[in-house]
Amino acid sequence: MSTRTPTAPQPTGTGGGGSRIRTVVVWSAVALVGAVCWAVLALSRGEDVSALWILFAALSSYAIAYRFYARFIARKVLEVDDTRATPAERLENGVDYEVTDRRVLFGHHFAAIAGAGPLVGPVLAAQMGYLPGTIWIIVGVILAGAVQDMVVLFLSMRRDGKSLGQMVRDEIGVVGGTAALIAVFAIMIIILAVLALVVVNALAESPWGVFSIGLTIPIALFMGFYLRYLRPGRVLETTAIGVVLLLLAIVGGGYVDQLGLGDALTLSKEHLVVALVVYGFVASILPVWMLLTPRDYLSTFMKIGVIVLLAVGLVIAAPTLQADAVTSFAVDGDGPVFAGKLFPFVFITIACGALSGFHALIASGTTPKMIAKESHVRMIGYGGMLMESFVAISALIAAVVIDQGLYYAMNAPAGATGGTPEGAAAFVSQLGFTITPGDLTAAAASIEESTLVSRTGGAPTLAFGLSQVFHQAFGGNLQAFWYHFAIMFEALFILTAVDAGTRVGRFMLQDTIGNVWTRFGDVSWRPAAWAASAVTVGAWGYFLYIGISDPLGGINQLFPLFGIANQLLAAIALTLCVTLLLKHGKLKWVWVPGIPLAWDLVVTMTASWQKVFSDNPAIGYFAQADRYRAARDAGDVLAPAADAGQMDQIIRNSTTNGVIQAVFALLVIVVVANAVVIWVRAIRAGSLPTTEVPHTPSQIVAPADFVATREEKEAVAAWEAERRELAGPQGHR
Amino acid sequence: MSRFARFRRLVREFTGEAAWDDYLATCERDGVEPTTRRAFERHRADRIEHAPMARCC
Repeated sequence: MSTRTPTAPQPTGTGGGGSRIRTVVVWSAVALVGAVCWAVLALSRGEDVSALWILFAALSSYAIAYRFYARFIARKVLEVDDTRATPAERLENGVDYEVTDRRVLFGHHFAAIAGAGPLVGPVLAAQMGYLPGTIWIIVGVILAGAVQDMVVLFLSMRRDGKSLGQMVRDEIGVVGGTAALIAVFAIMIIILAVLALVVVNALAESPWGVFSIGLTIPIALFMGFYLRYLRPGRVLETTAIGVVLLLLAIVGGGYVDQLGLGDALTLSKEHLVVALVVYGFVASILPVWMLLTPRDYLSTFMKIGVIVLLAVGLVIAAPTLQADAVTSFAVDGDGPVFAGKLFPFVFITIACGALSGFHALIASGTTPKMIAKESHVRMIGYGGMLMESFVAISALIAAVVIDQGLYYAMNAPAGATGGTPEGAAAFVSQLGFTITPGDLTAAAASIEESTLVSRTGGAPTLAFGLSQVFHQAFGGNLQAFWYHFAIMFEALFILTAVDAGTRVGRFMLQDTIGNVWTRFGDVSWRPAAWAASAVTVGAWGYFLYIGISDPLGGINQLFPLFGIANQLLAAIALTLCVTLLLKHGKLKWVWVPGIPLAWDLVVTMTASWQKVFSDNPAIGYFAQADRYRAARDAGDVLAPAADAGQMDQIIRNSTTNGVIQAVFALLVIVVVANAVVIWVRAIRAGSLPTTEVPHTPSQIVAPADFVATREEKEAVAAWEAERRELAGPQGHR
Repeated sequence: MSRFARFRRLVREFTGEAAWDDYLATCERDGVEPTTRRAFERHRADRIEHAPMARCC
């Protein structure tokens, strides 16, 4: 430790007149590229359109939003202050609070927010055509998702890294805080169940997939023991070994039949549910070094690798869009993938990548405790979300460049296609698309799967689309490898989210019950850890089972619940943002989180209302239950139910989903209503006290953005030289 | 510090391996005998045992 503090010379200035002209020229060019790309997408109807127009429309829009809107939010709305020490600097303890390089923290934050969500939602929303999804992902992230992530990160950072629930309780009130706490736990359960459902649907009847994904567990265990006992701390080396083993596992999956494992690994959905529930429970109670940490390393490196691969593959392949810009399903609301019209359902089907409330939990978790300078919230919060949005755009492209007959054959529920190529071809022709049973069989054979019919959930469709893109881009006879590579990384991301989420749920339960029974809150006490894990796993396992056993098709029943739940969580987060801006007396800037909040409330409440009260049985859960109940009471069996037992199952599932949906919406209404009281008080008073910690001068010097300017480099060099000078004599005592 | 050394440092910070480098540097500066790598890493692993690692969807 130094005995005197460096003077912390902060970088100043942004360059002279020459650089200003260069800046204007560069940003004008970016704007022009964006405008041309958007114009092509808006005006093209009927002709071939390259997917690159979408890709570059997205990239140029992101660049402009980051450069101008995010900077405006940082400077004017949040008034980030780099002279102010962050919690990482003030409270640095090497455990929770640790000053972290901005680029490293960006990587960690991105790895924490990005998973399978941005890969799956856009694929399902592709039934509306490519344009609605494209517009929502890009506009949504710029005005809503990235704003939420950045502002929540900032607010949490100014409060020593408090969680979303704590901030709602402290800044809005006990009622809102309690409702938020229940909502967060319940919403997380649904999210985990739906993610697990995606994995089950991708792996069912796929021995290659089960082989590859199954091997990730012993690979992660091997890595855990290797890091613990053989080569402690060698993370990069261990991860490299793990990635090589993963790739071998994918390749090895192609030989399951030759190895005599084909039948043994052809698992039903029921078997996979049991396997996942057992896995989730065990992962939650095992020491983290054994399974979770190494799996997280694998997942993180795969995420970064996949993004690079996606970008390179799409640019090289430059595939042509096969879907219509806007389909009839968007207007009529009768699509086979999920029911409902473009508004509100495209906006809740695509959550991650545009606006994801779950991110608010990450942005108020570890990240705010590791930020070096306040200005980094722009790069990490806003920039990290833009990166996730890019993943979502890539996934959308993968779904709309495949043959659309195949898309609907894969994503229509088995009740509609009968699960056979002939049934699927007939069903797809009713939708106005053409594909023969032979084409479907050939498509499945090209990726060495037994069938692609009704492989719902989005993951198989994305994997097929990516395999086609990578095959076009990189050549070779590797389409089956690429398909299983894509399934592998989707499943890896999901399993990482499921095991980490189960553990978070366990901690939340232990913490909550620990308020009334102190011993239960001790995370080292095994009975409590096991009981809380069992409750968490049991809850998401129940919904997972509903999903796989629902005769109506689990994904089209549960995915809307997942999307609405995630965006209701966003409504809670944005409500907090509005509340705190008002309490800080920033009424004139309240529109920044206020507009996305208003939009999000309109979307989620409309969707919730329709899912609960719509008299259309395809949309309303209770109308659906009533329809099947009336038929059952009349002694009839309605398709796709095959018997009275399945009729009862549909009634039970639809009623449960309807109740859960209504409860979620009510919880959010309670939070917002509680907040409105505070808003009125704050506006009347001009401002109100908050729990923001007081200003403490910062001693750290660091660049503000991804690339350091010359002035910043000079300031950092001067500061480091001064630190060395101060530390030097002491070090030689 | 050379460009490669800076890049290597960044990668090691990302993987968390830089903690060991920093620890060794601190020990050297303070004239303290460092513990073994195994004990150091086990201590770090034990610290994160009780922290939830949230991962989003």
